[in-house]
Amino acid sequence: MIEATGLTKDYGDKRAVDGLSFTVRPGIVTGFLGPNGSGKSTTMRLILGLDRPTAGDVVVNGKHYRDHSAPLCEVGALLEARSTHTGRSAYNHLLSLAQTHGIGRRRVAELIDLVGLHDVARKRAGQFSLGMGQRLGIATAMLGDPATVMLDEPVNGLDPEGIHWIRTLLRRLASEGRTVFVSSHLMSEMALTADHLIVIGRGRLIADTSVAEFTHRASKNLVLVRSPQAEELRNAVVGPDVGVVVRAPGLLEVSGLTAAQIGEAAAAGGFVLHELTPQQASLEEAFMELTRDDVEYHVADPGAPDPEVMVA
Amino acid sequence: MSSTPVALPALGDRRLRVTQAHVALSEWTKFRSLRSTIWSLGVGFLLTIALPLLFATVTANRWAHMSVQERADRHPLDIALAGVNVAQLAIAVLGVLVITGEYSTGMIRASFTAVPKRLPVLWAKLGVFAAVSFVVTLPAVLIAFYGSQAILARHHILQISLGAPGVLRAEIGGALYVMLVGVFALAIGAIVRSTAGGIAAFAGIFFVIPPLMNVLPTSWNNAISQYLPSEAGRQLFSLHHSPHSLNVLPGGLLFLAYCAVAVAVAAVLLVRRDV
Repeated sequence: MIEATGLTKDYGDKRAVDGLSFTVRPGIVTGFLGPNGSGKSTTMRLILGLDRPTAGDVVVNGKHYRDHSAPLCEVGALLEARSTHTGRSAYNHLLSLAQTHGIGRRRVAELIDLVGLHDVARKRAGQFSLGMGQRLGIATAMLGDPATVMLDEPVNGLDPEGIHWIRTLLRRLASEGRTVFVSSHLMSEMALTADHLIVIGRGRLIADTSVAEFTHRASKNLVLVRSPQAEELRNAVVGPDVGVVVRAPGLLEVSGLTAAQIGEAAAAGGFVLHELTPQQASLEEAFMELTRDDVEYHVADPGAPDPEVMVA
Repeated sequence: MSSTPVALPALGDRRLRVTQAHVALSEWTKFRSLRSTIWSLGVGFLLTIALPLLFATVTANRWAHMSVQERADRHPLDIALAGVNVAQLAIAVLGVLVITGEYSTGMIRASFTAVPKRLPVLWAKLGVFAAVSFVVTLPAVLIAFYGSQAILARHHILQISLGAPGVLRAEIGGALYVMLVGVFALAIGAIVRSTAGGIAAFAGIFFVIPPLMNVLPTSWNNAISQYLPSEAGRQLFSLHHSPHSLNVLPGGLLFLAYCAVAVAVAAVLLVRRDV
C-alpha cells in the first residue's frame, strides 16, 4: 500500500510533481502512466525517500519509507536509472545489499538462479547487457521478499523475451498478493499488465481509474458498418443525434447509435449487412487523448503520428 | 537466461532489520569486491616499503662522499617513513573513490534505498576504510623501518632502535596520519560527490596550499603554516619539531579536528541532499 497526499517536488523553479494524491492498493497491478518527463521517476524517488518532497507526503504501509526497520522488506524497487557499481560482480552487488538487512548468502544465490543470472553472477555488472542489468535489478528488488514491488519502466529497451519475462513476473507478483506499482510511457504495455491506472501529465494527476473505465471514458462509441446498400442504410439511420461518415464505398462509421439499433434499422429496411462492429477506442488513443495537453515535448509535425513516438 | 522460472522463494526469517553492524559488513563486502581498491592498496603498500629501501641504499652508497653537514642532516626515521608521503596519496584517492564511485555509477541509489536513513552508510564507510588504511599502513611502515635499518646497518651508519624515544610513536603516528588522511578524503568525496572534484579538492588542500605559503612574508608563513591540515597532521610522525611547528599532541588533535569538521559537513549534506 502506497499513499501519496499532495505530493509536490520542485527542482529549482521547475515543478516536476504537482500536488499528486493517489493510493496504490495491494493485490493488483497498478500502472503508472504518463509521457516522458511527466514526473513518474521523480514520484518513485519521493516514495523511496531518495528525494525530499517540497510539499505533501507519501507513506508506504503506513510509515515513511525511511522509518521502516527493514525497508527492503517493505518495498522492492527497480529504478530506471542504473543503480549498480560497474566494477562489482552481480553476486557481490546483491550480497552487499542483502547484508544491510542481515539477509544471508543462500537467499542471494536463490535470487541469482531465479532471474537466470547463474552463469554470469561472477562477471562484473558493467559488462552486462540491458536485459541482464534489468534481471539483476529485479533480483535486487526481490531481496527482502517485499510486500510492495515498484518498477520504473521495466521493459524499456528489452527484447521480446525479456518483455515477456517481466510481464509474467508482474502477474505472478500480484497473484501472490503483493502491491505492484509499475510505470511506463507506453499505453499498450499497460493494457497487457495493469488492472488499475494512475495517469499523470506534467506532474499532475489526470486519471485514477480501472483500465476498463479508462478506455470507456475516452471511447467515442462508434460503430463500423459494412453493407452493399450503404447509401440506403445511411439515409435510413441518419438523424439529428446520429452522425454517419462514409469511410469508403460500402463502409460507414456511425455515431450516436448502438450496434443493436443499427442492426434493427437494417432489418426493418431489408438491407444486407456484411459487418457490424462497435469501435472501442484503444488504450493508446485514450491515453493520447487525455494527455494531449500535458505532453512536455510535442513533436513538431503531428501529421503522421507513430503513437510511441508521439508520447515518447 | 531462461524465461520460465518466476517462482519467488519466500524469505523465512522475518526478523530482518538494518543495523549499524549489518551495514558495516555490507560496506566491507563492497570494499573488498572492487578490483581497483585492492590494486590501489597493494601499490600503496609496496611503495611505502620500497621508497625507504631505495633511499637507504642511495644514502649508504653516497655516505663516503657526504660532507659532515650533509651527514648530520640525514635521519634514519625520515628515511624509514619516506613512504608515508606516497601512501597518503594512494589512500586519499581511494578514500575519495569509496564514495564518489557510488555516485558516478548510480550505486548510491541502491545503497540509500537499502539504508534510507543514510548516515549508517557514511559511518560504515568511514569505519571500514579507516580500519583498512591503518591495518595496511602500520605493517608497511614497520617493514620499511626494519628493512631500511638493515641496509644502513651493513654500512654501520644511521642506526636507531624502535625503542629509542619517540621512534615507535612516530611509526604508529605515520599509520594514524595515513588513516586520518583517508577519513578526510572520504569526507571530501561525500561533500563534492565527484571523483575528479574530490581528488582536486584534496590535492589543493594538501599539496597546493602549503607551498603557496612560502610566497607570504616569512613571519606570516611561520604563523599560519603550522595550522594547515597537512602540517598539523605531519607532527604525528615527526621526531623533531621546529619552533614554527606544533607539538605531537596539539598537531595530531588539530588534524583530528579538521577531519571531524569535514565528516560533520559530509554527514549534514548527505542527509539533506537529494540523490
